[in-house]
Amino acid sequence: MNSDTVYRPKQGLTDREFHYCPGCTHGIIHKLVGEVLTEQGLIGEAIGVASVGCSVLNYVYFDCDMQQAAHGRAPAVATGIKRVRENHAVFTYQGDGDLASIGLAEAVHAAHRGENITVIFVNNAIYGMTGGQMAPTTLIGQKTTTSPFGREKEGTGEPLRVSELLATVPGAAYLERVSVHDPKHVRKAKKALEKAFDTQMKGKGFSLVEFISTCPVNWGIQPRESLDWAVENMIPYYPLGVFKDPEKEEEDD
Amino acid sequence: MTEEKVIIAGFGGQGVMLMGQLLAQAATHEGMHTTWFPSYGPETRGGTANCSVVFDNHPINSPVVSVPDSLLILNHPSLAKFQGKLKEGGVLVVNTSLVEEKDLRDDVRIIKVDANQKALEIGNLKVANMVMLGAYVKASGIFSRESLLKVFKERFTGEKQKLLEMNTRAFDAGMELAAD
Amino acid sequence: MSRVLMKGNEAMALAAIKGGCDAFFGYPITPQNEIPEYLSEHMAKEDRVFVQAESEVAAINMVYGAGGAGARVLTSSSSPGIALKQEGISYLAGSEVPCVIINVMRGGPGLGGIQPSQADYNQITRGGGNGDYHLLSYAPENLQEAVDLIKQSFDKADAYRNPVMIAVDGLLGQMMEPVDLERTPDSKQRERKEWATDGDAGRRGKANTIVSLHLDPNKLEEHNLALKEKYDRMVENEQRYERLETEDAELVFIAYGSTARIARSAVESLREEGYKVGMIRPITLWPFPENAFKKLPDTVHTLLTLEMSLGQMHQDVKIVNQGRYHLDLYARTGGVVPEPEEFIEKAKAILKKEDAA
Repeated sequence: MNSDTVYRPKQGLTDREFHYCPGCTHGIIHKLVGEVLTEQGLIGEAIGVASVGCSVLNYVYFDCDMQQAAHGRAPAVATGIKRVRENHAVFTYQGDGDLASIGLAEAVHAAHRGENITVIFVNNAIYGMTGGQMAPTTLIGQKTTTSPFGREKEGTGEPLRVSELLATVPGAAYLERVSVHDPKHVRKAKKALEKAFDTQMKGKGFSLVEFISTCPVNWGIQPRESLDWAVENMIPYYPLGVFKDPEKEEEDD
Repeated sequence: MTEEKVIIAGFGGQGVMLMGQLLAQAATHEGMHTTWFPSYGPETRGGTANCSVVFDNHPINSPVVSVPDSLLILNHPSLAKFQGKLKEGGVLVVNTSLVEEKDLRDDVRIIKVDANQKALEIGNLKVANMVMLGAYVKASGIFSRESLLKVFKERFTGEKQKLLEMNTRAFDAGMELAAD
Repeated sequence: MSRVLMKGNEAMALAAIKGGCDAFFGYPITPQNEIPEYLSEHMAKEDRVFVQAESEVAAINMVYGAGGAGARVLTSSSSPGIALKQEGISYLAGSEVPCVIINVMRGGPGLGGIQPSQADYNQITRGGGNGDYHLLSYAPENLQEAVDLIKQSFDKADAYRNPVMIAVDGLLGQMMEPVDLERTPDSKQRERKEWATDGDAGRRGKANTIVSLHLDPNKLEEHNLALKEKYDRMVENEQRYERLETEDAELVFIAYGSTARIARSAVESLREEGYKVGMIRPITLWPFPENAFKKLPDTVHTLLTLEMSLGQMHQDVKIVNQGRYHLDLYARTGGVVPEPEEFIEKAKAILKKEDAA
């Protein structure tokens, strides 16, 4: 990319227009994934696994072979694919209801086995597609349709930090939490994706990039405010950064 | 031959399952039809274990044996459980080392084998099952000694090869005891 | 012909390897554990894929992934584990991903027991998972038949792009008998699956998708009707059964799997005593072999269903009977394996009553 380029058409994606709500960051994240797969020369042989949630239809957006998984099962589906197509880039794209709730076992065990897959984990602290119910990642005090008085620690627990949890799993090779609320962070997020796919293609084990995302519709605020809300409320609880890095591990050894 | 239905029973660890498998393997070599069916349950050592083996020149339907022609009993609890099922005039090979003789039926052909004692004399309690097997093979007359020895050679290979000689001796001792 | 003495679960596992199975995904449950145990060693030796999953749910979803990527895939389990797999089975059927599933049945409901049972009949033939779908399901009565059917089942699964279930029970899984693994030739059919999401969009020039989601009801109905057309073809072409001594029978047993081999003993004994008894043995549970019930001789007056479940298959017998014959049921369940004498006694009671009438 030369220094004059401020925008370029999407890569690794089909011509279909996104169905996502205004202010949702799925579109940015899709674009980053498509770009990284294209730039690394992986898109023609990549296999993606769509999950259940707002991104359930992403198989019509990614311009590679795509299989749609049951709720929470994407890492198991990806395991099956990767084991019989070892040289292909295999990724899942999952929300926080899908991964952190119903699919936690599949995510943890895929990491635990050190599956060479990349998980794109989009955390917006709520169930979007089903209409704004409480997720394991919902913040304390956050109002949702199933926590109308605000989430309380008593009885619903405190928000689950997936990247930190997976950092305790030996098979997890690369884990980073990123945000896409401004261009600087978008560029950083892209670097994380590059590193994640690089980890996979080098056979170093499980990689996951957690994206702090937004849901203005179900949060009940304007798109612009939702980015600020994520920065002010989510990032303090879900700090950005690298939780596991295979290169660091090698240095430590 | 006509159908021969056998139940072998003892406690887990006595090698009851192996005895049945060796017989089924010998039957397979001789071109017979055969089935082997184990009792199965939560895996425990020391619990009761039994298997049913059937041999026939015709295809075998049920592998489950309700009325055995022959019964091999390796411990006392198994006698209580299975003796009543043995058909009248059937063969009862009984390990007298662990079974009280006063409880034995009097309408069947009884082969008494002091199997544990004989196994200890040979050098290892674990081959008591082979003493019992030898006694049954002799008493039933269905299989030749050579037939079983061939199966032993297939079974005791690699690291287990060193066990071949002792198992063969135990088997022969059982055959002798049944010949008396 | 070379016969080898093998345990049922191990013989079925080996047959799957010979049927061209590329990958196995499973989870331990009694009484099928010898299948994953055997495959953990032998798939590795053959340089094929073996994964012990974290749950039955994960295992069937791995099957869905690997099958979607074009591989020949196997999983095995037993009744409660099959119940857990139903979500994935529904997705496999809905998105037309082929696979083979071995179900070594045990007693239920719930944790039930671990002894032989046929109480999964409804779970196998009535979907089990959500939606309008069917599995091609085979119920062998002995290990030779199990081996032969498993070797063919991967070809069938691929031909119909549909999951195939092999339904046996703990009796067949745990028993040993000699089998000839070469009686049915090894599968040689390996056509490229152009529909697969095998990561070959670059060569194909277009990306493939595998989905079971169709948000437009008209589109989903269209998809359901296309699936039905496929199931109709299975009903037309895949019914398998055996008719034993039905030519002059007055009483006909209906029995499958382990129960059929026990019933076979009863038929033989009753025939020796001069009773006119025969048997229809379904080999496919779905499609239920309704052809077997056509053109029965005029001598037949009663059909007696024998099963290790409380009348689950009997419902299908009622459907195909259409009021023609008297129907009766003799069932054992909970893991109790019936003895031939029980069937003989029941048969004699029916035949005596009929004589008196």
